[in-house]
Amino acid sequence: MRRTVAALLRKDVLLELRTKETVPAMALFAVTTFVVFHFALNRGSVSGDLAAGVLWVSLLFAAMLGINRLFVAEREQGGFDAFLLAPVDRTALLVAKAAALFAFLSVLELIAVPAFALLLLDPSPWPALPGLIGILVLANAGIAVIGTLASALAIQTRARDLIAPLLALPLLIPVVLAAAKASTPLLLAAGPGTVAARWPLVLALYDLVFALTAYAVFDFLLED
Amino acid sequence: MADADEPAVELHDLGRDYGERAALRGVTITVPAGASLAVFGPNGAGKSTLLRLLATLLRPHRGHVRVLGRELPREGWAVRGRVGLLGHEPLLYRDLTGRENLRYQARLFGVDGARVEELLQRTGMARRADEPVRTLSRGMVQRLAVCRTVLHDPALLLLDEPLANLDPAAVEAVEPLIGRDAGRTRVVTSHDPDAGRRDADLVLGLRGGRAVIAAPARDVTEADVRALYR
Repeated sequence: MRRTVAALLRKDVLLELRTKETVPAMALFAVTTFVVFHFALNRGSVSGDLAAGVLWVSLLFAAMLGINRLFVAEREQGGFDAFLLAPVDRTALLVAKAAALFAFLSVLELIAVPAFALLLLDPSPWPALPGLIGILVLANAGIAVIGTLASALAIQTRARDLIAPLLALPLLIPVVLAAAKASTPLLLAAGPGTVAARWPLVLALYDLVFALTAYAVFDFLLED
Repeated sequence: MADADEPAVELHDLGRDYGERAALRGVTITVPAGASLAVFGPNGAGKSTLLRLLATLLRPHRGHVRVLGRELPREGWAVRGRVGLLGHEPLLYRDLTGRENLRYQARLFGVDGARVEELLQRTGMARRADEPVRTLSRGMVQRLAVCRTVLHDPALLLLDEPLANLDPAAVEAVEPLIGRDAGRTRVVTSHDPDAGRRDADLVLGLRGGRAVIAAPARDVTEADVRALYR
């Protein structure tokens, strides 16, 4: 299965490098949202729970763009059929797509988090960075797994642009909630505080539950 | 593994619906290993549905299907990788080059990269293999699709009007790979009664999803096939 996942992931990265259809759109959306927040909140900077909320809501909606496009090439260019004809474990597609989405989210955050710090964040981002990276990784894993599952379901429908967010957003609320709660102490104006262990644990547990659920049901999503 | 003497394809009372509409109804035919079956019928007769069923991409709703000695859909896992499907869609990513597409497919099928180069040479696509598929003509894309179809040396070829869009030189290049002399069992849809029958051992004529003709090619006349389209 490792070889298949590598082949699928390599193809997805190559397609993104060639078309630049997903990650630039996600990054542009996130940065634009920060600018909108900057003016809409009518304040030069934010900190604490407001900063965490702005950051995670912006990342969530930017992630939706990637989730919506995750299986488009498979659907429109016969990638599903080509994959289903191959004698490979079908779960490889779930793993590869989730890994691709995780990678796209990571690149998005490389752009969006500095932009957030520059445009909106009151405290210096540097002391918060190690803790924030840990939370970003945990949240990305959840968004990647749930996003892949929702995208695979939505792509089979005619209204995929509507169905994917309708399916994914309710399932992603706990991820955003836990990520925002975990990030709040890191973004305090007075400097980073201690992160309560329960929120990263909630994130990790949620990731695990959905990874197992996705593993169990993904095969059926590809069935005729 | 399937017995060498076992038929490559056995359909018994096969049925498949799309919602309320029956795409295939009561289709029964047996194709011996190494034989060619020509499938004729007007648009919407069920030809492409039949190929997709044999390729394990669709599940039968009624009847029995055995492909290469395996019962479908139960043993689909054992059939995948032994069939090559050349449909109306090339199943190639438009933004990747021909070589990238074939190498990706080769990795999925566990095929050596040298096979990709061999097929590109044989189909005359080696010089254009590093151009994105979206920039190629339909005939060139079809040649790449032929490469994809035979990349893993399948025992059963499922070909949906395989020579459409190909010029005579391209037809000559792909014939040894997907033609009758390729030494594989073939199920080929066609709208050309003359060439289709000439290249086949058996003929299946579909109309409205039903098998109107299911007979050896020598027993089927051009008029029989043309009658399907009236």
